[in-house]
Amino acid sequence: MLGKSRLIFPGEKVGCGAPLAGGPSQPHRASPSYGRTPGLLGDSRLETSLGGVGGHVGGAVPPVMFLLPQVLLAWSGGPSSSSMVWQVLEGLSRDSAKRLRFVPGVVYIDEGAACGQSPEDRARTLAEVKLALQTTGFPWHAVALEEVFSLPPSALRCSAQEAAGTEGAYKAAVDSFLQQQHALGTNGVERQSQHCAQDPQSPAGPPTTAQTQALSRLFDSVKTLTAKEELLQTLRTHLILHVARNHGYSKVMTGDSCTRLAIKLMTSLALGRGAFLAWDTGFSDERHGDVVVVRPMREHTLKEVAFYNRLFAVPSICTPALDTKAPEKASIHRLMEAFILRLQAQFPSTVSTVYRWVRVGTGGGGAGGVGPPASSVLEPCSHPRTSEKLVKAPRAGCAAGPRCLLCMCTLDVDTADSATAFGAQTSHLPQMQTPVTQARAAAGPCCCAGMGGAPGCCKREDPRAQVMEQLCYGCRVNMKDLPSLELLPPYILSEAQLRSQRATAEQEIREYLLGDSEDEAGTGES
Amino acid sequence: MAEPLCWPRGGAELLFDGVKKHQVTLPGQEEPWDIRSLLVWIKKNLLKERPELFIQGDSVRPGILVLVNDADWELLGELDYQLQDQDSVLFISTLHGG
Repeated sequence: MLGKSRLIFPGEKVGCGAPLAGGPSQPHRASPSYGRTPGLLGDSRLETSLGGVGGHVGGAVPPVMFLLPQVLLAWSGGPSSSSMVWQVLEGLSRDSAKRLRFVPGVVYIDEGAACGQSPEDRARTLAEVKLALQTTGFPWHAVALEEVFSLPPSALRCSAQEAAGTEGAYKAAVDSFLQQQHALGTNGVERQSQHCAQDPQSPAGPPTTAQTQALSRLFDSVKTLTAKEELLQTLRTHLILHVARNHGYSKVMTGDSCTRLAIKLMTSLALGRGAFLAWDTGFSDERHGDVVVVRPMREHTLKEVAFYNRLFAVPSICTPALDTKAPEKASIHRLMEAFILRLQAQFPSTVSTVYRWVRVGTGGGGAGGVGPPASSVLEPCSHPRTSEKLVKAPRAGCAAGPRCLLCMCTLDVDTADSATAFGAQTSHLPQMQTPVTQARAAAGPCCCAGMGGAPGCCKREDPRAQVMEQLCYGCRVNMKDLPSLELLPPYILSEAQLRSQRATAEQEIREYLLGDSEDEAGTGES
Repeated sequence: MAEPLCWPRGGAELLFDGVKKHQVTLPGQEEPWDIRSLLVWIKKNLLKERPELFIQGDSVRPGILVLVNDADWELLGELDYQLQDQDSVLFISTLHGG
């Protein structure tokens, strides 16, 4: 299968992690009577991709543990992600026939402020969540969405994956392992869980009122539910990646099911994100560089997940979301969900057909080219490697360099001198920018030339244009529904400013070089 | 007829005032009770708000699973399944959460 050679990760860092406690409703988890646990473990691609070499987590020798990757499970409390966490528990259990070999952690993002929940409801939900997380026995991190206001601008940077198996990294892993073993003492498992349970880098208490208000203000200012949902998703992703990077997780698993991905695919097309379908809906999403987002539940429909949860008594927590009780046409997401599900009721192969488009386009399909002929967005392939190249390679005529500020996909906007209608649509922003850059050049170096300058500092320049020109088409369309970009968290505005300054500096240097030497004026500006 | 359990789950309980488990006794009537008439009864008596989010037409909204005694209702004839005494009907909303 395609995934085998691509996703094996030798030499990755190891962290604390204790296997298993039972679920909250039963002291002994019921293992299925058949030898092979269904669901997650049935995905051989996942098993092989995350497999390490021998041993189990608790008492393994450092060199072996060093090879086990750390995986962060993004848990929303909903049925799909709960099912995923449950199956990881099953997979790590000593009873299972084919044990999973990675070290998991769980992250929960409290989005109550964005969804308009009252503080009492949020506290109640959080208490339930903490109880559920503690029973898993994995290291867990409960993070409020308000923490996006304290993220550094580096959260938006795509860093390369660390070189595996370096001597320094190995020594550091051995040191931390020895420290943990020393700290364990007699109550091995419990103390290990407690040691890892609380996030040492997160603020000790709940988010401040100012942050909660800032978040509420941000979401209240967004005009449409569609843009709100996209913004929430973006901020959530950034936060999860930040948690993953901080704690050394190399992979993040999300619980997107087949049905959800089919809906997401159609919604992305409607939102102008057709160029990034492979990243948004494929099995692995590598656009963030050092952290890979993996979707192991994508083979299972929501119906299968619901039945699994019912049959195996998987606990889940229902929290109100942005679109709870919203009417059908409130947002593009809702509309597409209603459309797909209604079609599925009458034509039961709808979801699987849409899903196969995703597989064909992202190389998950078999060599036979499963599924219908794809559109111009997803080109048909008869060989998995062909579509892998289509996914990975940048669009012709586009540099692989600049990435969208928010979604971190390669920018799909045409250059200003493009003759296409798309180019005309997206080129008006750089033209607006020109008088501003001249003003900036005349004013000399910006007063916040250092990194992480205050967002409101350079108000005399147009921060909106500064941000917009660094977004892909889909994100630009969403940002149009946000009247004031200043309400965005500071890390976004700082990074936008930094990239803009860097681009201006590069431009000036380039002009200087060309002006300076007549001989080198051959190719001209790109 | 005592039909004990209507369980809305997975977020659907929000439409029923947050109550997950409803033990109901259906009034006697000439025709035997089936899921179709049960849904009508639920809409009239149990559903507290936003009926269109639960019921569409004479069936449940697409995305809501119905299990009768832990079996998919599609295996039992969907709306035409005739309810027996002490049956347990579970409604799972798959639309909420992820």
